[in-house]
Amino acid sequence: MQARVFVTLKPSVFDPQGTTVAEALHTLGYNAVRDVRQGKYFELEIDAANADEARRLAADAAHKLLSNPVIESYRIEVTP
Amino acid sequence: MKFAIVVFPGSNCDHDTYYVAKEVLGQDAELIWHKDTSLGGADAVILPGGFAHGDYLRTGAIARFSPIMQEVAKFAADGGPVLGICNGFQVLLEAGLLPGAMLRNRRLQFRCEFLNVRVEQTDTPFTRACRPGQTIKIPIAHGDGNYYAEPDVIERLERNRQVVFRYVSPSGDVAPESNPNGSVNHIAGLCNEARNVVGLMPHPERACELAVGSADGLVVFQSILKWGRESLLEGNLTTMTSGAQTVLNR
Repeated sequence: MQARVFVTLKPSVFDPQGTTVAEALHTLGYNAVRDVRQGKYFELEIDAANADEARRLAADAAHKLLSNPVIESYRIEVTP
Repeated sequence: MKFAIVVFPGSNCDHDTYYVAKEVLGQDAELIWHKDTSLGGADAVILPGGFAHGDYLRTGAIARFSPIMQEVAKFAADGGPVLGICNGFQVLLEAGLLPGAMLRNRRLQFRCEFLNVRVEQTDTPFTRACRPGQTIKIPIAHGDGNYYAEPDVIERLERNRQVVFRYVSPSGDVAPESNPNGSVNHIAGLCNEARNVVGLMPHPERACELAVGSADGLVVFQSILKWGRESLLEGNLTTMTSGAQTVLNR
């Protein structure tokens, strides 16, 4: 079972890296790119009986370690 | 007094801090490996600067799970003085011993320079030898010092007088250009509600002798000695070396 965890800064939190990447893209002429938010991506290979169990485990890991709930939120996708 | 200085893999200011406690203050000091499960009977604990666990994932994110951190949390809960310097501050934030989190510096630069920090509160173990509003010149060296917390948390921190250090101009005034990293309200350091846990981004241990450019950081360590002397008088502390008075009189 694989869980993919996407960690991103909360919308209210300023993202200096994303802003810098957006500025670089504008320099390259990609003016249609309005904004960039940078985040982190994890692939967890999980031994679990079903997708729900894998999702619960991934959510627990994301909450405790992979993200910092003060500034970040996360989204999880599970595939068998 | 006995100082415990925690060493994580990647700490690089541990020996500077040890040197100040041992040689400049003349106190007992011990380096404690992060996998240890005892603080060795220390009276004060310092989490030093550096890049614990390579700052992988987030600064301090892995270090907070080191075995010694359970002891640090217990020590703090019992009212023991805990100081987190730079990376040590980041570890305290990740461990939840202080509120908030660190973001990358606003301009993404790693800033390494002397700057001015105003002491906002003198009723913590690490500032009680300071004058209220005293400005000290000490260095910073960090890429993730952009302190952030939700507005209601910031409001509570300010109301409870938990902002202990603020970046200021040489004349001691708050100004946007004196803020090296974009931290909310120019916060350079703060304490917990009980005021015994303090974290700050600047490095007082790198400015304790004039030979290194400034001895302004010494007042942070003199404060610990002052706290120790007061605790000794109250019977909460048993040992204090005779050299402490000399350091306090400096």
